[in-house]
Amino acid sequence: MQLDVNGTVREVDAPEDMPLLWVLRDVLGLTGTKFGCGMAQCGACTVHLDGQATRSCVLPVSAVAGRKVTTIEGLSPDGSHPVQKAWIEADVVQCGYCQPGQIMSAAALLGQNRNPSDADIDAALAGNICRCGTYLRVREAVRMAAAQRRASR
Amino acid sequence: MTALTRRQLLRRSLLSGAGLFVAFHIPRKVRAAPDPAAKQLPDPNAFVRVAPDDSVTVLLAHSEMGQGIWTGLAMLIAEELDCDWSKIRVEHAPAAPVYAHPAFGMQMTGGSTSTWSEFDRYRTAGALARTMLVRAAAARWKTDAKKLRTQNGFVIRGKDRLSYGQLAVAAQGLLPPKTVELKDRKQWKLLGKRVRRLDSPEKVMGKAQFGMDVQFEGLRTALVARSPVFGGKLRSFDPGAAKSIAGVEQVVQIPTGVAVIARNFWSAKRGRDALDQGLSWDLGPGATLDTAAILQDYRDRATSNGPAIAQQKGDAEAALARASKRVVAEYDVPYLAHAPMEPLNCAVKIEGGRCEIWTGTQFQTMDQMSAAKIVGIPPESVSIHTQFLGGGFGRRATPTSDFVSEAVHVAKAAGVPVKTVWTREDDIQGGYYRPLFVHRIEAGLDGKGVPVAWKHTIVGQSILSGTPFEQFMVKSGVDATSVEGVTDSPYLEALPAKLITLHSPKQPVTVLWWRSVGNTHTAFAMESMIDELAHASGRDPLDYRASLLRDKPRHLRALQTAAGMAGWGKAAPAGRGRGLAVHESFGSIVAQVAEVSVDEDKEIHVHKVACAVDCGMAINPLGVEAQMQGAIAFGLSAVLLSELTLKEGRVEQSNFHDYRVLRLPDMPEVSVRVLSSDAKMGGIGEPAAAPISAAVANAVYALTGQRLRSLPLRLGIA
Repeated sequence: MQLDVNGTVREVDAPEDMPLLWVLRDVLGLTGTKFGCGMAQCGACTVHLDGQATRSCVLPVSAVAGRKVTTIEGLSPDGSHPVQKAWIEADVVQCGYCQPGQIMSAAALLGQNRNPSDADIDAALAGNICRCGTYLRVREAVRMAAAQRRASR
Repeated sequence: MTALTRRQLLRRSLLSGAGLFVAFHIPRKVRAAPDPAAKQLPDPNAFVRVAPDDSVTVLLAHSEMGQGIWTGLAMLIAEELDCDWSKIRVEHAPAAPVYAHPAFGMQMTGGSTSTWSEFDRYRTAGALARTMLVRAAAARWKTDAKKLRTQNGFVIRGKDRLSYGQLAVAAQGLLPPKTVELKDRKQWKLLGKRVRRLDSPEKVMGKAQFGMDVQFEGLRTALVARSPVFGGKLRSFDPGAAKSIAGVEQVVQIPTGVAVIARNFWSAKRGRDALDQGLSWDLGPGATLDTAAILQDYRDRATSNGPAIAQQKGDAEAALARASKRVVAEYDVPYLAHAPMEPLNCAVKIEGGRCEIWTGTQFQTMDQMSAAKIVGIPPESVSIHTQFLGGGFGRRATPTSDFVSEAVHVAKAAGVPVKTVWTREDDIQGGYYRPLFVHRIEAGLDGKGVPVAWKHTIVGQSILSGTPFEQFMVKSGVDATSVEGVTDSPYLEALPAKLITLHSPKQPVTVLWWRSVGNTHTAFAMESMIDELAHASGRDPLDYRASLLRDKPRHLRALQTAAGMAGWGKAAPAGRGRGLAVHESFGSIVAQVAEVSVDEDKEIHVHKVACAVDCGMAINPLGVEAQMQGAIAFGLSAVLLSELTLKEGRVEQSNFHDYRVLRLPDMPEVSVRVLSSDAKMGGIGEPAAAPISAAVANAVYALTGQRLRSLPLRLGIA
């Protein structure tokens, strides 16, 4: 099976029902995408599928053929995506485990909505659990990244 | 246990060519219970490495699990070392006695202790390294070290500068000085400043390595089928169905169940699913467990004094009989899972008389000893590579090393390197919970509403009984973690008559410390009760507390600050109610005011929390604020949503759809004030999780007149 991950098409040997999450982690060695619940409840496994935030833990890899997958490793080569920069600026992370998922959800939101309201932010990130409780700074960072994107255009 | 001696450390660093490796001895300062074993541990310590490329590597004796010591402890060294902050790298230290906790005598992270307990040791490490670099420069320039100064990673003499990297190798050949002077607080450039986290870049890029991310050639993944009820034993199993799944390589029995070992997680998962029908368990008494029955049993017990007396003064019964008014209330809290975002996991390789472990753990020393025992090798033959912890909250600090021991058993039985991974269901249903507790309080008030008698009965499982900590922390049948927050309550200190007793019933359910430990329930009971007494006396909850705490200036200041931030005294917005609470734990005092509303479905919403904290000196206020915000969120999950129940021995919840936790839309606005304080430094990871329950319950009462005494708070189910 061929997979387009982070702009590179790769040949992957995996059973069709294997969730994309485990193909990314165990077959391709891309461990930035996290396992948190296995049933699309926590958002730690969030990737972009053709730009849309998608939970990879319940998505059979067979459903991904011909579509573009972007993981946290492919968001930017060096952490320079506006969302990543805002995350550092706002000092969001604590344990960090849920953060790739949070960032992918936030980046997908900003890809579709240049000027998200607080309600938009809440809705887009409601599916991403953080047990450390970084939510306030997540909100702040998304607002900062949105403002920075608007300013740079 | 053996240890690296100073000489060995120096030799190793010479051989590695890594540059200066500061090794030194400072006497242990024991602030908590002295550990007799600690005195026998050898003393040399090693915490900072300056390399020829000018990088400064800080070795972390404790584990980074979100609390921010990756940055905070590095700040302690950097302040004294005068190094370039941008050149700092941090690594988790290996497991070795040299990294034993200064207060507890074993390598561990917990009790919100890392920063205060390392305040002297890490600063001293930085100062020693600086002194050695200065001496190396003095030798190079053939001058007196006293004529030299340091700044931002350089030793300076007039216009001459030598970078620390240029001096690293020469400094490495020097022995550390016997004494060293630390900077005066006025000279600090870094400590006390708002410093951003050093671990952010790798964490936002997905490059930070957690235990779950450990991969190497030949490493297999295992999932373990465990008893469906607490205490069940495996009778027999048929590995056939599991072995027929592609990718499954072995099915082995271990003490906790049956491990399915496969080439990857998905195969192991499918293999374990297939195995399920092939398992036969001897369930034992755990199969009848029912939390509703446990709660009723505890409530019944609470009506009589517990067998263990935690505190007694005067004649509480007589004083209650004489009191002008008596108020009786009972509070209860359920079992709770920690549910860190990273499910438990542990990779183990046993080879050539050694055992290597890669995991996120809070308890390196225990894990090392447990693994050594299982493999049958000395502890120093067990290496622990501590990875970033995807949350800990106490779950990764088990006195039995449960998840590490199990993984070692799996690797030993399999004969190949294996990473044992827990699913979320394994985590939620796997025990080691915050125990279910009931508090029954009878308070007697005088004519002015001042408490004059207090009878308090606490019922709940002991966390420490049966663990190696029992000998230090369970005295006369009283587990200190069951009563902390009550026996040391400032409200009870001057009370003329009090009786605090404890029932510690045993249950097959395994229990553990959960962020803020006993304070999770004692703060709820105490601060709710004080609120009830204020209302029973017709007093404003703030004024009432302030009068009782008049001799407690730190509590008073935190309380009044939070109240001021929240606009206490002014009417709350329409449809909102406010409640407050103040609680001291882990050496810090946190006061909170919660502002709540109730919707048509009787759901409670928390809109705002004002939080004031006195933690003594705040090394990094930006990090302190993060811990206040985070602990409030963690606490709010338990206040509003989370509950574990058992029926016929089975845990009824399994994943985040039914073990609910706080999500972003429900996160209140939190304002934090870090009070400037000269008090002894306290902890910050846990204390803000404690008072939030009572602050919210008290706010609900202010709004609705309904007093909720069970967590999670639910209106309309009285």
